[in-house]
Order: sequence, then C-alpha cells, then structure tokens
Amino acid sequence: MNIENIDMIRKEFKSLILNETVSHNELYLTVKKDVAVKLCDYIYHHFDAPLISMFATDERKIEGSFKVHYVFSFDREDAFIIIKIDVDEKSPYFKSITHRIPAASWYEREIQDMFGLVPQGHPDPRRLINFEDWPDGVYPLRKDFDISTKPPRVKGEYAYRRVEGEGVYEIPVGPVHAGVIEPGHFRFSVAGEPIINLEIRHFYTHKGVEKLFERLSLDKAVFLAERISGDNSVAHAVAFCQALEKIAGVDVPLRARYTRVILCELERLYNHLGDIAGIATDVAYGFGAAHANKLKEEILQLNERVTGSRMLRGMNAAGGVRRDIGDKKDEILLTLARFQRDFRELIELIFSTSSVMDRIETTGHIYTDTAKGLHVVGPAGRASGMDRDTRRDHPYAAYDELNFKVPAMKSGDVFARTKIRSDEVAESIGLIEQALWSLPEGDIRAEIRKIPDGYALGYSEAPRGEVIYWVNIKENRIERCKVRDPSFCNWLAIEYAVLDNIVPDFPIINKSLSLSYSGNDM
Amino acid sequence: MTVEDEIEIMGQRLNDRINKIFGRSLHIREVDAGSCNACEVEVTALSNPVYDIERFGLHIVASPRHADMLLVTGPVTRNMELALLKTYNAVPSPKLVAAMGSCACNGGIFGDTYASGGGVDRFIPVDVYIPGCPPRPGAVIFGIMVALDKLEQKIRKKEVRA
Ligand code: SF4
Repeated sequence: MNIENIDMIRKEFKSLILNETVSHNELYLTVKKDVAVKLCDYIYHHFDAPLISMFATDERKIEGSFKVHYVFSFDREDAFIIIKIDVDEKSPYFKSITHRIPAASWYEREIQDMFGLVPQGHPDPRRLINFEDWPDGVYPLRKDFDISTKPPRVKGEYAYRRVEGEGVYEIPVGPVHAGVIEPGHFRFSVAGEPIINLEIRHFYTHKGVEKLFERLSLDKAVFLAERISGDNSVAHAVAFCQALEKIAGVDVPLRARYTRVILCELERLYNHLGDIAGIATDVAYGFGAAHANKLKEEILQLNERVTGSRMLRGMNAAGGVRRDIGDKKDEILLTLARFQRDFRELIELIFSTSSVMDRIETTGHIYTDTAKGLHVVGPAGRASGMDRDTRRDHPYAAYDELNFKVPAMKSGDVFARTKIRSDEVAESIGLIEQALWSLPEGDIRAEIRKIPDGYALGYSEAPRGEVIYWVNIKENRIERCKVRDPSFCNWLAIEYAVLDNIVPDFPIINKSLSLSYSGNDM
Repeated sequence: MTVEDEIEIMGQRLNDRINKIFGRSLHIREVDAGSCNACEVEVTALSNPVYDIERFGLHIVASPRHADMLLVTGPVTRNMELALLKTYNAVPSPKLVAAMGSCACNGGIFGDTYASGGGVDRFIPVDVYIPGCPPRPGAVIFGIMVALDKLEQKIRKKEVRA
C-alpha cells in the first residue's frame, strides 16, 4: 500500500480517525458517522479512488451497534481503503453521500431496505429491494430476522417517476419479457419515437442470497456463490474462495492458480460470444447470430469435456481447485485453434456489414463522466473511457505472471462495447494458451482445516466486470457475506444510455451492456 | 455418440409425438420465476444451430397466449409469484407446465425463505420435472417428451380434450 496516500489522509483527518487496522492490502479506518461524508468525499475526489462497494453489518450483539462500510479501490497501488462508521439502533440514521458520489445511490437504498438504517438526504429514498407489499419495520439482514419468516403482504403502491407534457406517453415492459431473458420492469416515457426517460425497476429475482450465506456451511457456500449470477459462476466462486483463502492465510498452489485463469477465461469466452450473438440477433443479422451462437456452444461443450459442467461449476473450492485439467491440454488447444479461426471470420463479417454498423455506431452512448459517476465496470466501462480491469489492477490467480492487454475505448456506443468484447476474446485465448503451456507442476489444492475468525475482500474480473466479495468469518461460519455483482453498478447506466435513442434500439443497447438480473437482485 | 447424434435421435422421436398430438408444432413460453440465469443459458442454447429445436416442431413463443406449454425456471421468488400466476392464467387450456432445473423442481439451493417460495408446484400444477443445475439441453428436450406422454395419457383417459 502506498504510504504517501495514507499519510495525506492521516494529516488531513488526524484526530478524527478513531481506529486504524491493516490486513493484507486492506486498510480499515473507523471514524464517527458525521465525518464519513467528508472523508469519503476527500478520498473519492482527491485520489480518484472509486467507491466499489458499500454495505452494513449488524454487530449489535458483539459491539452494540450497526456498522456501515465504504470500500474504495486504489487501482494503481493494488490497495483498498475501507471507511467504517457506527450507527446506533436508537438513532438509525447516517448521512447520504450520493450527492457527492452518485455510485452510492443503490447501496444506500439497499442498506435502508435490508437493515433499516436511513440514509439522510438521499435524493431518491424509495424502496429498492423490498417491494411495496413488504411490511414496514421488517429488515431481512438484521440478525434477529429469521430467514424462514414469511412476512404478510400489505397494501402499497410503487411510485414511478412521472414525465408529463404534450404527446408524452408511457410504455411499461415486463417483468415477463417476450424473449428468453430474466425478469425486470422497464418504464419508458417517449415523445414520438425518441425515449425521453427510462426508469428501471428490478429485484424481481431477489432470492435472499446474502442472508442464505449466513446459514450455509463453508463448503456449500461456494455452490451458492456459483449460483448468484449463473453465467458468471467461475468469477463469483473465485472471488469468494479468495476471500476465504486470505482470511485463512493459505497460499494457493501455483497449479491451481493457473487453472483458475483457464476457467475464468473460458467463462469470458462463452459469455462474450453470447453477447455478440445477442447483438447480432437484435440488429436482425441472423447469419452472424447463428455463427456466434454455434461458437458459444463449442466452448460450452469444451467446458463440459474439461470440467464435467457446461458452466464450469463445481471446480473451485477454498484452497484451490477440485479437479486437475492438465491432461486436457491438447483438447483445449485444438478446440481453441479452430475457434479462433472461425471467430476472426465472424468478427470481420460483423464489422464489415453495413446493416449492422448502421445500427450499432453512435447508438446507446454512455459518456465517460456518466460511466465514472455511476462506476460502470467491465467491458461497458472500458468502452466509455474507464480503463480498469481487476486482472491488471488487483492481480489475482496467476494474472500477474501472464501477458495480456486491456482494450479500452472512449466512444461509449454499442459498437465500442462490441469491439471491446471481440478484442477481449483474442486476449482470453492468448491467456488460456499461455497458462496451458506454462502450467506448473504440483498440487491443485491447499488444505484448509479451519478458517480463523476474520474478514477480507475477495475480487475477480467477471465477463461483465469486477465482482467484489467481503466475507466475515466467525467460528468457521459466515457471519456476513456482502456480494457486489458488476450488474449492480451497471444497471443504472442504461437509463442514460437510452436517452434520445428510439425504442426499437433499446434491445440492442440492453444486450450491449450485458446485464445480469439475478446478479443484481440476488 | 456425439451430442449432435443424441439430439438427432431424441428430436425425431419428439417430432413424431408432437405430430401425433398437436398436429404440427408445440409452442413453449419460457418463464423465469427467479432463476440464477444459467437455466436461461441452456434454454437459449436450444435454439442454436447445434440443437435447433425448431426443426423438431418446438417453437419458443413471445406470449403465453400463444403457448401450449410453460417452461418455468428458478425458485418462485416472493417478487415473481404474482407474475407467474398471471402468466399461467394467460395460457389457454389444455396446458402443460414443465419445471426446469433443481430450483424449479423444489427450490434448490435457495430453498424456502423470506424471498424464495420454493418449487414451482407450490404455486401452479406441474406436469413434468426436469432435474439438473442447469439441465443440459438434451435433458430439456427429453423432459418435454415426457410431458407430451403425460398429455397423451390424459387425452386417452378423457381428462382433457385435445
Ligand atoms: S436450477 Fe441451477 S441453473 Fe437453474 S436456476 Fe437454479 S441454480 Fe440456476
């Protein structure tokens, strides 16, 4: 961790910092709750450190109060600063930072719904996760809430933002959509063809995942992590396992770390191909879509031959991986060689077809400022000038031993997002090949008998962007597990991306952002 | 036997059955009642050039009103319960329901909690259960075939009119 930065913070806030602890690359600073806004603001604007997660914990039994944590990432230093404040049950309020850091908006509303702590001064204090039929005063993530409680449904109505004026009308869409996609509600306000406002309303697939973690044994919890956003199974499992490994202080064998890179990149390949297929479908380029879908299926079948699971599930465990894939080297290399040839052909076709380019260039524009303000991550962020990639900025598994480029663009349209993905496909193939050629000998899993009490961050770069876990272990069980899926950051960007676009372009914009509902809703 | 051969054989059997019962094609509406989205990956795969279920007479439709069968994934979440019931009611009778994936079968890993209501059969009648997490595309095709068998039996027993 870069000492200079910490010293600057210390100098600026010296007497206000009540406690300071360091573990690994995480620095925890405890302050009084009324200092949080100023300190977060300072860190965010002075060091350009993005807010990558924010969550509460219920520590009333142990420490007599709730805590709210703000996690900032120092990308260049591969470090994290976590600000902690106490929030008392008798005065369950904390000051909202959304007006200074817009990316905090949903986190604060989430804390309000799940813990009953109120972000004072939040510009949009409506409910987020609990629907209007959820009774007041019931907060699922409080420790005294039993997971199997079924609160009665009450009467209530959700207030949508209203757009009024001559010729303005609303188009409600969902939660059940026409295509095979996940459920969520979209409300468009349009004047003629152009969209002048979009409000998204999600959390239809909220499954109580974070509460469920607290009930599961550590072995089973890995399976749950794999099922938070099903097509990003590996990224979630790796992030979760890394948090456990950090707490346990074990070194994961090199062979396992290389294997994880291979798994992560196979996952990226089939996801990116699926997204490219989706974009081709939505611009009515059926041939390209069929071609891309076939390539995606080839990777899914390869996944099954290599790991036994098309979605690469069941491979990761705390301490390493469960199955050695060294003997599958030739098969993977052979399949990838064929895949690469076909993929190049496909991409050339897509980008040279004028009916495709006409639909994707300048469509669904996200400005760099918007991307930064909302903290848009992954390919969507990298297409809008956010040059961030967890694999490079906070290296994990074996990424620091392998060569790869992080493609970045600034134009922020559907084309840029498609191009970023196609460039990443090439990088992924390169990474898998390198990892296979230099796969070290040795064990694939370090033994972890018992995990000591403690907490840590775990992170990875999923196909959609950074996944952040914060895990707290007590007596070999999960006391709290905060999961932040990339889609939780990226969903709000769609409200900006569609502005001034026409309704028929919405599906393409949506596909190009590749958003997970389940990962968002959990 | 490759995946392709397997699908070819099963698909032809399915096609025969669809021809016998429905005349030509079976229309399916997929409903995600709260899945993790991996089940959707496999439903999407059914339409890729390898499986290409349209050639066997299976068609995934945009509206429940056009459907003969609902293919439901995920545990039924508290927030999707109403939408699932409305979709079910919009399907004309006689209708079939297939619960796809461990979650839809019995709640799976998400179980019965404040947010997840468990398996689909707690909310609407289910004709066939397709286990797996997620079930492979071949398993989904097989499950649909079993559902058709059941419908045939019902028609024979005159429980429903074809
Ligand atoms: S059955 Fe498995 S793959 Fe399907 S929704 Fe449930 S957890 Fe996801």
